[in-house]
Amino acid sequence: MSLKRACAIAGVAESRLGVVPDSTVLSLQAEALVAALADAGLEKSDVDGLLVSGAWGRLPGLQIAEYLGIQPAYSDSTMVGGASFEFHLGHAAAAIQAGLCKVAVILYGSTQRSRADKYIFQIRSDLGYQYEAPYGLPTPVGSYALAASRHFAQYGTTNEQLADLAVATRDWAALNPKAYRREPLTREDVLNSGPIATPLNKLDCCLFTDGGGAVVVVSPDIAKTLDKPPVWLLGQGESVSHAQISEMRDLTITPAARSGARAFDMAGITHSDLDVVEIYDSFTITVLLTLESLGFCAPGTGGEFIANGRTGPSGEFPLNTNGGGLSYCHPGQYGIFLIIEAVRQLRGECDARQVADATLALISGTGGVLSSNSTCILGVE
Amino acid sequence: MSEEDLPDPDSEPYWQGAAKGELHFQRCGSCDAAIFYPRSLCTECGAPDPDWAVSKGLGSVYACSIVHRPPPAFKDEAPYAVLLVDLDEGFRMMSRLAEGDAESISIGDRVQVVFNDGPDGRPTPYFIPA
Repeated sequence: MSLKRACAIAGVAESRLGVVPDSTVLSLQAEALVAALADAGLEKSDVDGLLVSGAWGRLPGLQIAEYLGIQPAYSDSTMVGGASFEFHLGHAAAAIQAGLCKVAVILYGSTQRSRADKYIFQIRSDLGYQYEAPYGLPTPVGSYALAASRHFAQYGTTNEQLADLAVATRDWAALNPKAYRREPLTREDVLNSGPIATPLNKLDCCLFTDGGGAVVVVSPDIAKTLDKPPVWLLGQGESVSHAQISEMRDLTITPAARSGARAFDMAGITHSDLDVVEIYDSFTITVLLTLESLGFCAPGTGGEFIANGRTGPSGEFPLNTNGGGLSYCHPGQYGIFLIIEAVRQLRGECDARQVADATLALISGTGGVLSSNSTCILGVE
Repeated sequence: MSEEDLPDPDSEPYWQGAAKGELHFQRCGSCDAAIFYPRSLCTECGAPDPDWAVSKGLGSVYACSIVHRPPPAFKDEAPYAVLLVDLDEGFRMMSRLAEGDAESISIGDRVQVVFNDGPDGRPTPYFIPA
């Protein structure tokens, strides 16, 4: 059984991003949904599937349905951190393929910057966490720092290589009017930004912003009736491996190794077929590890792969073309914005940052502390 | 940490061992896998009720990060080195360098467990160079 062409993405939108004090976590999601439905040419009354994720409420899937005034026939509140939305895309495809719904919306919002939402990585010290809590590792950054320390020691990866990724991502952000940080950045700026948890410096870390997003996923029959060209799901895979970094077997190989292999197999394409790639950049090291795990480069060579602007607007490997979680926005769980940017690239809507003739895109979401991954391959005719 | 919640039924032998200055872990009676943290089943073969064993407390540093921006409860202690240690019996745990210069420890270094009072006053495993 395959999810290839089981659904298409018909509409995408962000809410206002950055610092949005005159909003709630619910109003931001509604704002994004209204814009995404308009983008699709559909009405709220068409929506019969709802996929949400968040740590902001007691029962987010119920709270947002109530607020929007919808009674979805299909619901999914899968919560695996920032990658949840790439999981949702696969789950929406399966539901649509099974005939359980026809118009599913994936939603996210956060006002963590302005209103101090209950943060997704709320510190816990019970159950499995009692074996990490005494040691004062800041979460999630410290866990990613441990993975980076291992990759540095095992393969000779350097802070300069990670810094180059942050710079290339900022260069993309400079081309995106919606990006939060657009001023030029240099390798030295990143290296001198101050250690958070070695080897990661402040500018190896994502932003801390408000923001919301919405993605409208429809059945093939409906996709063909809409004005904008459908963006087809061609392949998807997902995997989870652990909740805590001390339980990750090999700190250099993420669950993307399994989810990516499945997504490529389902889509029937290879790496060189892709035109644009959007990879979750909670931290610079996240991207390096994901690129290796997905097979874009051999284990240990991710540092060379991302160095010297290779992933920037002038480079040969267009990556995180909206400016990423590092420079565009990062409202706690970033994964929905990977989908939004890939769809816009495939529709040719990206103006100054448009990748020429983009017809195939890969998105890869990572959640928790390198804990979960879903990889999706999208394409247009 | 809410003291009344810990130890729990899974972790009680571990914390009781720590109170005696011993590092307790589990070993599967079926497949012999070392298991950490403590659980009611083997993560390798699924067999229930793993046996308890006492580690020699010797291992190697698998990963290491020096924390400069700690969580609020640890702000007076930075910088400190958080470690992932691979114990010789075949399990991995998080810990911290117990004393000395955080910069003095590296991946691959041999380390030995010691027990100091943790943030909640409970005897807790830390490591020093072996």
